[in-house]
Amino acid sequence: MSTSTVASAFDETALVDRAKAGDTAAFSELVGHYDRRVFRMAKQITQNDDDAEDVLQETFLKAYTHLADFQGNSRFYTWLVRIAVNEALMKLRKRRSDKTVPLDEPIDTGEDEMIREIAVWDENPEETYSRDELANILDQAIQSLKPAYRTVFILRDIEEMSIEETAEALNLSISAVKSRLLRARLQLREKLTRQFKHKGDDAFAYL
Amino acid sequence: MTRLLTCKRFLQELNDFLDDTLDPALKQELQKHVNECPNCWVVCDTTEKTLRVFKGMEPQPVPRHIESKLMAALEKKFKAEGEKGCGGQGKVDV
Repeated sequence: MSTSTVASAFDETALVDRAKAGDTAAFSELVGHYDRRVFRMAKQITQNDDDAEDVLQETFLKAYTHLADFQGNSRFYTWLVRIAVNEALMKLRKRRSDKTVPLDEPIDTGEDEMIREIAVWDENPEETYSRDELANILDQAIQSLKPAYRTVFILRDIEEMSIEETAEALNLSISAVKSRLLRARLQLREKLTRQFKHKGDDAFAYL
Repeated sequence: MTRLLTCKRFLQELNDFLDDTLDPALKQELQKHVNECPNCWVVCDTTEKTLRVFKGMEPQPVPRHIESKLMAALEKKFKAEGEKGCGGQGKVDV
């Protein structure tokens, strides 16, 4: 094991090894590195600030308690996300106990309604909107997705996990992840197109 | 009709097309379609941009008061685990 003090480059594996050996500072460093991503994900899934705060705390407490069970077969972050997603979904279910459990609901595979808006965008929305405005627009778009699509999109396209990691974290088949991801991406495309489309000329008026 | 089917096929493969996980022959076929079909070109371009804006959003730091509470809870946990052995090595209550 390296005897150097905290390395400037983030070395997940080394930190996990140290944390497993009882080095709490190493664990705290892992927390500091990932807490904002866990918190954002918790907010996006639960859509509730108090729940997100609980999820954040429970995720890291649970991760610490069960650290010995982490075998290193996946990235530590993937393992952490799996805990966080489970915590977040539990919160969501609790809050919606009077409604159907969203992750299990049948997925409508009708493709006819997937594309409504076909319009080019104004150039880069990143340049047209302020960071906060853009964050707001994206949050609202995400919120409008059903949880079953939302969760897959968050893991795959925001947290940039692989299809396989996403499937593993959500206990879904690869094909379920792929079909939900496609729906999520296309629905978000629709929402954002309504916001970002080039106004003033209908590029496909001839159709 | 043929074109309609191809558009449908294009949509079905859009994920793998964007993620670049298709075999080269199919990729080439879809690329040809997207170059020729204005609707699919727009859908592909705007979906790609959708992914780009989401990926470009850096997570904001956890608000300080929330992070402090998290760290306090962890400190408490470290202490409790430390008393019964080393972190992660104590018996785990699930």
